[in-house]
Amino acid sequence: MIWSLPIGWAAFSAACASSLVATARFLFPNVLFEPPQAFKAGFPGEYNVGEVDTRWKDAFSVWIVRQPEGFYALIAVCTHLGCSPNWLAAEAKFKCPCHGSGFYASGINFEGPAPRPLERARIVLADDGQILVDKSTKFQFEKGEWTNPEAFLKI
Amino acid sequence: MATNATKPPEPFLTRTWDYITDTQIWKSIFRHGMPSTSRNRVLVVMTNVFLHLHPVKIRKSGVRLKFTWCMGGLTFFLFLVETFTGLLLMFYYRPTVAYAYMDIIDLAEQVPLGIMREIHRWGAHAMVITVWLHMFRVFMTGSYKPPREFNWNVGVILLVLTLLLSFTGYLLPWDQLAIWAITVGSNMARATPLLGYEGPGAQLLALGDVKMVHAGSDARFALLGGRFVGEGALLRFYVLHCVGIPLIAGILMAVHFWRVRKDGGISGPV
Repeated sequence: MIWSLPIGWAAFSAACASSLVATARFLFPNVLFEPPQAFKAGFPGEYNVGEVDTRWKDAFSVWIVRQPEGFYALIAVCTHLGCSPNWLAAEAKFKCPCHGSGFYASGINFEGPAPRPLERARIVLADDGQILVDKSTKFQFEKGEWTNPEAFLKI
Repeated sequence: MATNATKPPEPFLTRTWDYITDTQIWKSIFRHGMPSTSRNRVLVVMTNVFLHLHPVKIRKSGVRLKFTWCMGGLTFFLFLVETFTGLLLMFYYRPTVAYAYMDIIDLAEQVPLGIMREIHRWGAHAMVITVWLHMFRVFMTGSYKPPREFNWNVGVILLVLTLLLSFTGYLLPWDQLAIWAITVGSNMARATPLLGYEGPGAQLLALGDVKMVHAGSDARFALLGGRFVGEGALLRFYVLHCVGIPLIAGILMAVHFWRVRKDGGISGPV
């Protein structure tokens, strides 16, 4: 009898606490109906040297840039507040429509409020010879990460 | 017998009125007759669930338009307008990526009284303005001082809820302005202390090398239901806009009005 009250309160508190945890966990879905973070971007021969390729921008928010030595993948998210910049081929720059940030084809910021360059994604060759881009690994210029071998695909 | 004969019969309307007010239905609803005496006025207010939130008596000087600007009342009126027009909009609007934008166009161009969404939008703008003016008035008249300090805090929360209603409603038209405005706005949640993956202290919450707080588990993710503003965000903002926030705001408004009475009515001019 003497223990029934504390045990009752303990059980009640535990039930309340676990309901709270369950409610909070409910807000985090297990499956997302979003495009995958990694995707295969075709064969290297499908890209023209010196061009910023915009074919994957709508689906995966990534530009693939082909240079004479190889490839890098830029993530199409402005480093100011997260809008999607556009590639303006005539002016050879990325321009963000939200607040006017501008980036060179390399991803380096040169105008507007963006505080740092665009981020690059991991880019490697898959076993079947296709280019594999993985946005879950990001490389930031200001941290010196663009020299990482997976930030630039040498051909 | 003669005295009876000289008394004229009651007019028809008076007799009908007396009959209606004598029925059990009438008396079960209105228990205290006409509020013609001081005592009856108090009783009428106290026994009505809506009226009892308000003070029985207030100073004549306290309700002068020059003193209150009527901004608190106007804010509540606008909240009712938003509730009513919002309810009507819900009959047509579907919060999905496929339908949302087209339903907004449909509301403007095909649905009768195509101005309904504009009324909702103008009302929302007006409500933000009246809330600020109400707070300005309360501040300038010193009405936030004891014993009203608790009610000031309830009011501050109601201000935040009003702004959150505007923020969540902003996304629902699902046009470019909406999507990018909410993208920019919700990116702030990334910097939440501890709970945002770019916020201070987020690095501390890790089990060895495994981060507990990352882009797929932080405060922004819970708000948007995804890594970016998409289907999940639209539905979450819709539910918060139509049910979650109005419910909390409604409860706090009841507390707010009731505390005006409990804290001594509308404060007098300084």
